[in-house]
Amino acid sequence: MIELIDVAKRYGATPALAPTTLVPARARTTVLVGPSGCGKSTLLRLVAGLIAPDRGEIRFDGEPLGPHNLDRLRVRMGYVIQEGGLFPHMTVAANVTLMARHLGWERARLEARLRELAHLVRLPESMFGRYPIELSGGQRQRVSLMRALMLDPALLLLDEPLGALDPMIRYELQQELRAIFARLSKTVLLVTHDIAEAAWLGHTLVLMREGRIVQRGTLEELVRAPADPFVERFISAQRAPMERLRRVLA
Amino acid sequence: MRGWLAALLLLAASAAPAQDAAPVRIGSKKFTESVVLGEMARLLVEAAGHDAVHRRELGGTRVLWSALRAGEIDVYPEYTGTLLQEILVRERIRDRAALARALARRGLRMTAPLGFNNTYAIGVRAQTAERLGLRTISDLRGHPDLVLGFGNEFMNRADGWPGLRRHYGLPQTDVRGLDHDLAYRGLAAGALDAIDVYATDAEIAYYGLRVLEDDRDFFPAYHAVLLYRADLAARAPAAVAMLERLAGRLDEDTMARLNARVKLERERDTEVAAAFLERHLRVESEVVARDAWTRFWRHTREHLALVAVSLSAAIALAIPLGVLAAQYPRAGQLILGATGIVQTIPSLALFVFMIPLLGIGGPPAVAALFLYSLLPIVRNTYAGLTDIAAPIRESAAALGLPRAARLRLIELPLAGRAILAGIKTSAVINVGTATLAALIGAGGYGQPILTGIRLDDLGLILQGAVPAAVLALLVQGLFELAERLLVPRGLRIRATGAR
Repeated sequence: MIELIDVAKRYGATPALAPTTLVPARARTTVLVGPSGCGKSTLLRLVAGLIAPDRGEIRFDGEPLGPHNLDRLRVRMGYVIQEGGLFPHMTVAANVTLMARHLGWERARLEARLRELAHLVRLPESMFGRYPIELSGGQRQRVSLMRALMLDPALLLLDEPLGALDPMIRYELQQELRAIFARLSKTVLLVTHDIAEAAWLGHTLVLMREGRIVQRGTLEELVRAPADPFVERFISAQRAPMERLRRVLA
Repeated sequence: MRGWLAALLLLAASAAPAQDAAPVRIGSKKFTESVVLGEMARLLVEAAGHDAVHRRELGGTRVLWSALRAGEIDVYPEYTGTLLQEILVRERIRDRAALARALARRGLRMTAPLGFNNTYAIGVRAQTAERLGLRTISDLRGHPDLVLGFGNEFMNRADGWPGLRRHYGLPQTDVRGLDHDLAYRGLAAGALDAIDVYATDAEIAYYGLRVLEDDRDFFPAYHAVLLYRADLAARAPAAVAMLERLAGRLDEDTMARLNARVKLERERDTEVAAAFLERHLRVESEVVARDAWTRFWRHTREHLALVAVSLSAAIALAIPLGVLAAQYPRAGQLILGATGIVQTIPSLALFVFMIPLLGIGGPPAVAALFLYSLLPIVRNTYAGLTDIAAPIRESAAALGLPRAARLRLIELPLAGRAILAGIKTSAVINVGTATLAALIGAGGYGQPILTGIRLDDLGLILQGAVPAAVLALLVQGLFELAERLLVPRGLRIRATGAR
């Protein structure tokens, strides 16, 4: 599916990603997790072709990613970012169907797919005519996900998709995302800094720090056999407040 | 019925051969006397059976001389002193025969002198003259504190102030350059003590000015002549013969009186010229009395045409330039820099720069307005595109939309509001600047303003200034309407603050 082989990226003199090899499992959800600046977003943006690697190779179904085939291969990837990145001058329906219309889909097919996706992400059809500014944050992310899924891509890329939502909506959407991933069984690459979200959504966790992968595996493996004292610290840093809370309530 | 038709056809056929294909083009400088002489020339040429157009108030000597040399006009009134002391000063010509030869070498000819000598002179208020005992120019030497105001041409010409100061050893240091027509008002108001006047100026009598005697013979003679292209004599010999009939017919008093009728009594220059020709040369002319509305519509049409052509051309070029600038930062520096430099050129200078390239009239005015309209549109297109948030731009790229489709479907619509604002700014500037186009013969609302300044007629100035202001407001309203129609609701909601 997607393979990163010895890929590295630096911004000016600052290394953003040390030479890294990663082959996410097909039809599984792989979550890149780590503190900010660890290189997880850089890695995702490299896969989406928004930035080019300084060295190494990214292959999509065995085909190396390059400027010549980027637009063609992007049609087979869906991409969702934190704030949704919806086009403010287009309605919900226009945002979701933009690329399909550009590819010349027929109207009936467009509408059927639009309704199917609205059902999947649980967005009321009455929202189709609204503009992004008229939607709540959660609705915007649902629309963004619909847009990413419109062409039924083989690979789904999500960069902190729930990062800008308040905790209640975030929790609700975490539940739904997991169900959607399970239903679609696509190859998913998701970025988050929240270890609980990562464990809930991902089959495999890839923990990163300062441009390097520190450890990969399930949460269980990360807890039981941390490769590095940092792994332990990162996990307990997010667990500690919850346990303190539990003690107070008890 | 049939007989009428036959008579009409006969009439048309008999009139046709005398009509030259290309009309004879007459120019005039931007002061009353030149315009009146231009009108006389036009009426005479028409009386000879040729079509004639009079491009009035084209500007100063340089503009008219260049236009005549370039064949943009065929005839214009000039003064021998200006030819000898200014235009051909390097040739050190002594007499009229030598002048005719110098003109012939340039493919030009002149008529015999029309009669009057419109020399420069120095005028002061009668009270000032009494108080200081001023009678001659030499008398000015004793009063170094006097404030002098001279027309812009006189300020810089060799036969103007620089020569006069040297010749008489004048000590005054407070010397101001200003428009000739405004100088009279400055003198009357007491802001100036002495100004340059033309001997036939109507205002000398009107303001009761004392003309100081040129006691050391500095000013050369300025005999009025009609200057014309030699090829006109071959093309329209009858017209040239008619022009020659004006020779010797206008003495100083006659010309000053004609000037006064136009300038002080507000008679129309065409009627004054026609009446003179009819009375003294027995040349009858059909003076079409154009009423105010007809003139207004003509100026409106001219103004709209200038704005519409130059602005659409500017939009067509500036938006792609702005896109280019946003796409390639290095080209962007160059594009924004170059259009910015154009904007720093004073608009009047830009109009005049266009004359050697495009002649006079509509084309150079459109070109200058076009250049002037570029910057706001280029800059706003550039700003609108570069202001689009990175997540939006990347989302469009990540969808797999090709570059051109991203520009068309996402980036240009998002920058639309900024681009429209730029076009609106350009349009308003364009409407205002187009009033200057009259100076190079392009007409429009600037024409009544120019004539109004020349005749010191506020009403006439307002006839141009008010419609120009109204047009600017209309254009602005039009673009606001366009914004409402073109900018999608998703972008407008934010502007009103609703959620």
